[in-house]
Amino acid sequence: MTLLPDDANKLSCRSVWKLYGEAAGNFLGARASPPTPEEIRSAGLIAAVADVSIDVRAGEIFVIMGLSGSGKSTLVRCLSRLIEPTAGQILFDGRDLLAVPEKELIEIRRHRMGMVFQNFALLPHLSVLDNVAFPLAIQGVERSRREARAREMIDLVGLQEREYYLPRELSGGQQQRVGIARSLAVGPELWFLDEPFSALDPLIRREMQNEFIRLQGLLKKTIVFITHDFDEAVRLADRVAIMRDGRIIQVGTAEELIVSPADDYVANFTRDAPRARILSARAIMRAATGTAQVAGNVDADTKVCDFAAALEAASQPFAVIEHGRVIGLVDRAAVMAVFVGAGLRER
Amino acid sequence: MQTTAHRIAAPTRFSPPWRRAFWFGVLIIAFAFAFLQTAKPPDWMLDLPREHWLPLQAGISAAMKWLVETANFGLFTFSEATRFVAYLLDQPLALATAVFAHGFTQGHGSAAIELMPPLPWLAALLAACAIALHAGGVRLAVLAAGAMGYLIVFGQWQSAMQTFASIVIAVPFGVVGGLLLGIAGHRSARFHKALMPILDAMQTVPIFAYLLPILFLFGFGPVAALLATIMYALPPMARVTLLALSAVPTELVEAGRMAGCTPRQLIARVMIPAARAPLMTGVNQVIMLSLNMVIIASMIGAGGLGYDVLASLRQLDIGGGLEAGTAIVVLAITLDRVSQAYAKRALEVRRRGALRYRWVLLGIVVALWLAALKIEPLRHYPESWTLSTGVFWDDLVEWLNVNYFDSFEAVKTAILLKFMIPVKRFLLAQPWPFVLFCVMAAALSIAGLRRAVIAGIFVLTIVFTGLWQPAIVSVYLTGVSVLLAVAMGVPIGIASGTRPRLWKFVEVMIDTLQTLPSFVYLIPVVMLFRVGDFTAMFAIILYALAPAIRYTALGIREVDPGVIEAATAMGATRMQIMLRIRLPLALPSILLGINQTIMLALSMLVITALVGTRDLGQEVYIALVKADVGRGLTAGIGVAMIAMIADRLMMASAVRMKRRLGLG
Ligand SMILES: Nc1ncnc2c1ncn2[C@@H]1O[C@H](COP(=O)(O)OP(=O)(O)O)[C@@H](O)[C@H]1O
Ligand SMILES: [Mg+2]
Repeated sequence: MTLLPDDANKLSCRSVWKLYGEAAGNFLGARASPPTPEEIRSAGLIAAVADVSIDVRAGEIFVIMGLSGSGKSTLVRCLSRLIEPTAGQILFDGRDLLAVPEKELIEIRRHRMGMVFQNFALLPHLSVLDNVAFPLAIQGVERSRREARAREMIDLVGLQEREYYLPRELSGGQQQRVGIARSLAVGPELWFLDEPFSALDPLIRREMQNEFIRLQGLLKKTIVFITHDFDEAVRLADRVAIMRDGRIIQVGTAEELIVSPADDYVANFTRDAPRARILSARAIMRAATGTAQVAGNVDADTKVCDFAAALEAASQPFAVIEHGRVIGLVDRAAVMAVFVGAGLRER
Repeated sequence: MQTTAHRIAAPTRFSPPWRRAFWFGVLIIAFAFAFLQTAKPPDWMLDLPREHWLPLQAGISAAMKWLVETANFGLFTFSEATRFVAYLLDQPLALATAVFAHGFTQGHGSAAIELMPPLPWLAALLAACAIALHAGGVRLAVLAAGAMGYLIVFGQWQSAMQTFASIVIAVPFGVVGGLLLGIAGHRSARFHKALMPILDAMQTVPIFAYLLPILFLFGFGPVAALLATIMYALPPMARVTLLALSAVPTELVEAGRMAGCTPRQLIARVMIPAARAPLMTGVNQVIMLSLNMVIIASMIGAGGLGYDVLASLRQLDIGGGLEAGTAIVVLAITLDRVSQAYAKRALEVRRRGALRYRWVLLGIVVALWLAALKIEPLRHYPESWTLSTGVFWDDLVEWLNVNYFDSFEAVKTAILLKFMIPVKRFLLAQPWPFVLFCVMAAALSIAGLRRAVIAGIFVLTIVFTGLWQPAIVSVYLTGVSVLLAVAMGVPIGIASGTRPRLWKFVEVMIDTLQTLPSFVYLIPVVMLFRVGDFTAMFAIILYALAPAIRYTALGIREVDPGVIEAATAMGATRMQIMLRIRLPLALPSILLGINQTIMLALSMLVITALVGTRDLGQEVYIALVKADVGRGLTAGIGVAMIAMIADRLMMASAVRMKRRLGLG
């Protein structure tokens, strides 16, 4: 994968901290080096977010994953400045978000950011239409225009003919569709989703994920997506950041996390992942040794599940190709290992 | 959180056997004071001589006088400011009174000519029915029709409309003022911190004590009464607003902020709509409290139904008092039900439909109004069409007195002699240093050192303002009333807690009891028992009974069903389950109920001054009659202090008990 230039980062944060506790304000300023978890605990503080630095590239789906209580919600609220971080820097399109005055922040939220919430956070007294039109209404957009736009969004999420329902008359999945439509109504560039599907039944969740993939195919937003479910992360993410105790443990593609987990915590998440769909030929190939017989070629980025059947039917290994050159071989044993979940071969 | 948990879990001053021995000793000493001639304390311990009193009363009076006569803000004086406020309030009030009660007139006194009559009774009846129909359907409309019908037919119309006019003006002020205070408190932590103790104090200071400074600053009349009403009804709205806003889900607030709401939009378009259910109950409270206060404020010139009741009580005109009292009840129940129905509707209906046919209704009302200019029976309901039940009630009372006087008297005398007077004597025999010691010891063991010191300061304040004797009489009257209210209320609560059908009935009863303005309770009791301590006690019990029942039933009902199931599985009988499981687990809730009962009893205490008690309430009442601000406020603060001591101790024991039972 080619490295994008630095200015392609839509959103970056550097050493962001969020401490809770009585003396949280002075704690960080008073020391030269970052505090250790023990020091924080003995000061009676809780580090909901600790020393987090991440870069979210324009147009990617960046998933933040971790167990509950690991600080995901707090982090995403720091990124949108719903919560004021204790320390650190947040750059949105290169502009320091924490230095932006209140008035401009409101403008940024009105036009350039959207957020979807775990428990939908719909206004209980407004119809679906009015909920979706709400962000436009508070900007003072006139009724006919905002309702037209809201109808567009409602169509987009497939809720036509429910415009006049109240939130409590809808199912959970439908409510979250409203939440999504509302957050998209202003056409934001940056889209935050805090565990948007966690409150839904598994079947509905799957359906909503597909819907989400379809939407992103149309819209190409820059997305920060929070989840505690690795399967969900794998299905949606371009890159995943794993969080624990307020810290980012590892950032990478799903494949990188499986192939080289930073520690047991990460390995635990990836253990039951659908590897055949995540791992590519590159991840399981062995070095090409001289003049081996091959039954065919496979591109280095092809997922295991996509060539496993063909390889199974052939009698010889496949050559792994990148830029027209053979870079390795995959054989039946390697594919078998993926399916039975044995240890990965080192590259 | 951790620090309180720690404090409460920490071993308390007296270990249990010691503690029991300590309180047993205290009891023995108390009995000695009461019954042994040799143990009689010196007189200064029973009633502090005047030369030792702190000049608090005079100080307050002087401060008030200074305010009214000399205080100056530079641009204007204090009395100019009060006059300005009075002027502002007088405009809408005069308009409302003209519309509903007096009509528009030109000129003064007997030379006045009526330009426009007040809203004709027929139009008001129609409007009330239409509004009730819109709010809650046919049943409510029938109720409204009946209520209006009563007011019209029984000759209460004019007074009722005058009372109603005050409410129509007081409620918006109370609601908007409370809302604004609550919002300000929600937005600024510092303002919140400053606001809470004021709200607390305003809720414990007895109603009459509000009237005094207002009377002094604004004089006798409807505007002063209106101001008192607003001041009385506003704090609960502020409190409800604070609670309701802080209960809005965080995510919803965040959704609003992410949508780009300004702080003002966030409050107006997200938080208040999201909190409208509790806010609506707040509005209902403001309405009911305003009614209660408007009635009481008749003492400083509110007029209307309250004045009728007051006048009847003063003349012991039972029939008239009952009729006006019933009119208050009818008005209270109608206002309560209609406002509750609107509160419910606001939550239920999808698109809030405006009152259908409202233009038709308005047209009819205007037409009737114009017609009233020409048609006399429309203008004023003809006197010859009115009924009066006054004679009937008088006859009934006479009949009761002729036939049952002896029985009533016997019951009254027995309870007075066997119960009330001994308790009173017992309490009055206790020297104040000993009481001070007991109160502080109790506060220390239940609620910690800080509360103990505060309680001590309160007791000393009462002693050194010369209010000791009336304060003890207040404690006695409240005590016996609460004792009996609890003795009746808790068993009713226990019985109805596990029986849904019985509860339904009981709930309607106590809901209605709680809707009625406190004044009303005096009427039937006076009718049967004349004036005096017994009557006062009876009225206090009626007024304060509801929470004892409600909280007991609640506690009994909300015991974890899992625990009940487990006990049933172990073979416990119904009785055993009640005595060994439900009752102990319901105890914290029962304590809260008793606390509420005490608070209500104290607030009623002051009103029973009208039937001739000799307590702090009487002090306030006399001060009110004499417009003696210092005396009245001091006595009012005395009642508030007693209330605060009782409240803090009861709450602390409820919390302690809850923790011990592992209920949170
Ligand atoms: N307002 C707060 N005060 C104190 N601690 C908080 C607060 N908000 C969050 N925390 C703590 O910060 C940690 C991270 O919380 P959160 O961001 O909600 O985690 P997640 O979304 O990953 O479940 C938790 O341990 C939580 O208890
Ligand atoms: Mg979370």
